[in-house]
Order: sequence, then structure tokens, then C-alpha cells
Amino acid sequence: MLRIIAGFENPDAGAVSIDDIDILPLPPNRRHANTVFQNYALFPHLTVFENVAFSMRLKRASRKDVQLKVSDYLHLVELDGQADKMPSQLSGGQKQRVAIARALINEPSVLLLDEPLSALDAKLRQHMLIELDSIHDKIGITFIYVTHDQQEALSVSDRIAVMDKGNVLQVGTPYEIYESPADIFVANFIGETNLFQASVKAVEGELVDLEVPELGDIRVTTTCPVSVGATVNFTIRPEKIRISRAQPTLASEYNILQGTVEEPIYTGFQTKYFVRIDGTTTMKIFKQHINYTDEGPDIHWKDSVYVWWHAEDGYIVEDRPQ
Amino acid sequence: MAANVYKPRKPYRLSKYVFIFAIAFLFMPLAVLVAYSFNAGKTMAWHGFSFVWYEKLLFSSDELWKAVVNSLIIALSSAAVSTVIGTAGAIGVNWHQFKLKTYVRGATFLPLILPEIIIGVSLLIFFAGIGIHLGLFTIFIAHTSFNLPFVFLMVLARLEEFDYSIIEAAKDLGARERDALVKIIIPISRPGIISAFLMAVTMSLEDFVITFFVAGPGSTTLPLYVYSMIRFGVSPVINALSVVLISGTILLTLSARNLLKYIADR
Repeated sequence: MLRIIAGFENPDAGAVSIDDIDILPLPPNRRHANTVFQNYALFPHLTVFENVAFSMRLKRASRKDVQLKVSDYLHLVELDGQADKMPSQLSGGQKQRVAIARALINEPSVLLLDEPLSALDAKLRQHMLIELDSIHDKIGITFIYVTHDQQEALSVSDRIAVMDKGNVLQVGTPYEIYESPADIFVANFIGETNLFQASVKAVEGELVDLEVPELGDIRVTTTCPVSVGATVNFTIRPEKIRISRAQPTLASEYNILQGTVEEPIYTGFQTKYFVRIDGTTTMKIFKQHINYTDEGPDIHWKDSVYVWWHAEDGYIVEDRPQ
Repeated sequence: MAANVYKPRKPYRLSKYVFIFAIAFLFMPLAVLVAYSFNAGKTMAWHGFSFVWYEKLLFSSDELWKAVVNSLIIALSSAAVSTVIGTAGAIGVNWHQFKLKTYVRGATFLPLILPEIIIGVSLLIFFAGIGIHLGLFTIFIAHTSFNLPFVFLMVLARLEEFDYSIIEAAKDLGARERDALVKIIIPISRPGIISAFLMAVTMSLEDFVITFFVAGPGSTTLPLYVYSMIRFGVSPVINALSVVLISGTILLTLSARNLLKYIADR
């Protein structure tokens, strides 16, 4: 899709416009969109300075303008003092910054980023993500950011389009995408979840009673219309499920199940549990360790536990309209 | 137990001897030639050390130097022209899709495989057919044509490792086709282009067979001249000339390597 916006490929159908101008007839060099390539695509024979200055030189900008603007943009991406280095002398993160500065100096209306962080190691990726976000705040233009990393997508986006095999499945804010996924693919792709098929037993306003073969009867609220007897998909996010060895006393809007801990994975700030429910299915449950005295780390392998969640926390996912 | 300790056999003793033999086989004739270029006498017997043949080479071999100049003119001009055409061809074949592309690439290999004598004869027939007088110009045409595939393939090899997204990046930043060519493609493939040029110069300088067919009166190149000298018996002047050529080639190779390194490092 980025290649279509940038002009390297032509779409079979549809339109692309920037600032209400149809850009499809324009060649790449005349579009107000610049790309940060996945492999950086820096010019290996030019210094960092000349890489960034490339588009200005093409426009025959004056020597003074080039000098000023390039140092401005190198400052923006925190590469002061690296101007005379060759791309081969830079680290991955630095190359990425050069690529960003080079694309931004053209003052495009849209910056296209093609998995810009995929070649960096995890820690650097986190760092660059924050950098990108702050650059975005400073420049204020539209960034179109393609990524396979849903964490990356959720953390930097104002709006996300989830795509599968060329089709846009859902467009929305990160919050909408995460909490109200439009279909099973989105629910599964963004974040982790527990997903079950269920049939509707009773509907009472927004409160729905489901029969989930693996879990038994489940109560859930929904805003979309469902009819008794219909087959639906039921999903519950792991972090919304509570877990304890002692049996809690709960109101009827809660769902409560019994199970055995199959695999506790302690990661410091939280523990992930895989809990086998009644010997039939496994559910993922994440428990945040909010207090030092939390029970979390004390729930061990093979312990019998109770897991519960409020009906509001469950969610009915629509089937993808075929 | 000591008996179980692994002792490597003395490695590569045989290959060492083969290596020494191969080197000797390659360089002994040259060494003999160098030695005899300093021989005072004219026969294979050693008459003492002298520079007499070098004097003769320098001061009383006008014909020979004319041939050297001819050779240089042809080598430089044909290498330059074939480098330009070959590079353009390589860029076109590498990035533009057209029918018969595979055939064009295949056809470029043909002159490398064909015996030189066939190329020589066919060029001669061709020139005779269109009625061009044989001379420096026909040699230039012939050398350009047999240098072309070498330049083409060498530059193409360089282009094939070229990351196409670099060109896309250039266009994305506002470069037209021509800007991308002048500012990106040619500078990056410059080491390949330069080594192709040097290769073409060398091949043109040393070519005998094809030149033999297309040369006319007054357009003798160095290899042709040496050949004609040998027909009247081996003159030690040739030994002296060979030493000069060998030294020249060694110097050129070393400087070309350094030149390429310098370009690559920039």
C-alpha cells in the first residue's frame, strides 16, 4: 500500500489523494509523500550530510540554505556531528535517523514508513519508537506507518487500519481496535486473547447468556443485536480475568470458573497463567503484580484456582461478513 | 593416554610442492627473458651484462615506437567507447523489461566463446563488404566490438548487487530518471566501470589475432610489430621490450588496485 501511495506501483482500482489532490497520475518524484524505507536505502557513496541534502540539491537550493536546513534536520534526529560520516560507518539506529531526516527535509505532507524499526534490536526499537513519536509531535505531518508489530502499532498510532491479505478489516483508534475488534482476525492479531465459539441461550437487553462448549454458561454484555440460538464468537482479554486460590463471593454479573494452573510464567511485573478449565480448554490469564503482597507469585503449577471476570469485560466478536 | 592424543599430520606437504612447481612453471620463462634482455651477446650464450638492447630499443627503433603509439591510441579510444556503450547497455538490460531480454543477454556471451579467428575473419569480410579501407579506424571498430561484451558483463555484475530501493529512494526524493542515473547509479557503480575500462585497455593492447585481420598498411600495432620482428629471428630488442611491458603491466595492476580501493573507500 505504501508503494502505491509513494508511486512505485499502480493500484488496480481506487484513488489516492493528498490534500484533496489526486496523486495517482503523478510520478514518485512529484508527490508530496516521502518514504522511509525498510532497509534505509541510504546512498552508500554519499556522506550523511549529502544523503540528507539530496532532495535540496536536486532543487538547486543555495549553498547557505542547504547548510542551514540539513543541520536543522540532523539536529532534529540527533545526529549532530555525524554529518561527514559515510553510511557504512553508522549503526542501524543512526542509519534509520538519516533515512528519516532525508525524507523529512523535503517537507512532505505525508511521511510513509515501511516497517522502519524491523531491522533494529528490541531495545533500540523501543527507543526509536519514542523518538519517532516526538519527531511526529514536532513536525505535525501525517505519518503512515506500516508494521507487523501490533505493540508498535498500538503505542504510536492515532488511527490504525488492520489489514489482512490486502483488505482493510477495521479502521479505528488503538483503543477501539483493542477493545472492540471488528472480527476474529483483528481480535487475534492485536494483543492476546481467549477466543471461543458460543451459542446464544438468552438475551435480556444488553446482557446475553451464552453457552460455550468448553466453559459452560457465560454472561456477557454486547451492543450489537444477537438473537437466541445464533452462533457467535466470544472473546475475553487475559488481563481482564482475575485469578485466586480462594473462592471469591461475587454478584451474578460475574462469570466464575474453576481450573488448574498448567503453566505460570513469571515476568516480574506480571505473571501469565495458562489455566486448564475443567480439563477441557486452556485460558490465558495475566495478573499484574500491583502490590508486593500480591498473591500472584504464590500461585503455583498444578494449583487449583478460581478465575472470574465481569460480564462487561467479555466481548462478542462479529463474524467477518463474507 | 599419550597414544590417544591427536597429532595433526604435517599438512599440505604435497600441495606446497605443487604450488612451488606451478609458480616456477609460470615465472621461469619470464625470468629467463628478463635475464637475457641484459645479455651483451645476440645468442643464447651469456656474453656479460649490458644495456645494449635497451639502448637499441630506445634510440633506434622508430618503427616499434610508432606501433606502441598506435596501440595506445586504439586501446584508449576503443576502451573509452566500449565502456560508455557497455555501461549504458548493462544499465538498460538490468532495469528495463523488454521482449528478447534473455536473448540479448545470451547474445553478449557469444563473442566470448567464439574463436577470435572467426571474429577476425568475419570483421574482415564485413569491412571489405562495405568498402572501408583497412587501417587504424577498422582496428578501433574491431577492438570496440570485442571489448563490449566484457565491459557489459563486468558492469552488469556490479549492477546486479545494486539495491533497487536506493533508486526508488532517489526518485522518492525528487530525482528524475536522469538525476538518478548521474547522481546515484553511475557513482555507485564507478569501481565496476573503471575496472571494466582497464580490462578493455589491457585486452585491446594485447590483441593479436583480430587485429591481424583488420589492420592495414601503416596501422601496425605493437603485437603485430613484435610478430613481424620475430619472423626475422628473435631479436634481443624484443626481450628488452618485454621487460618494459612486464614492468609497465605490474605497475599498472598495482596502481589500478590502489585506485579501485581508493574509490571504494570514498
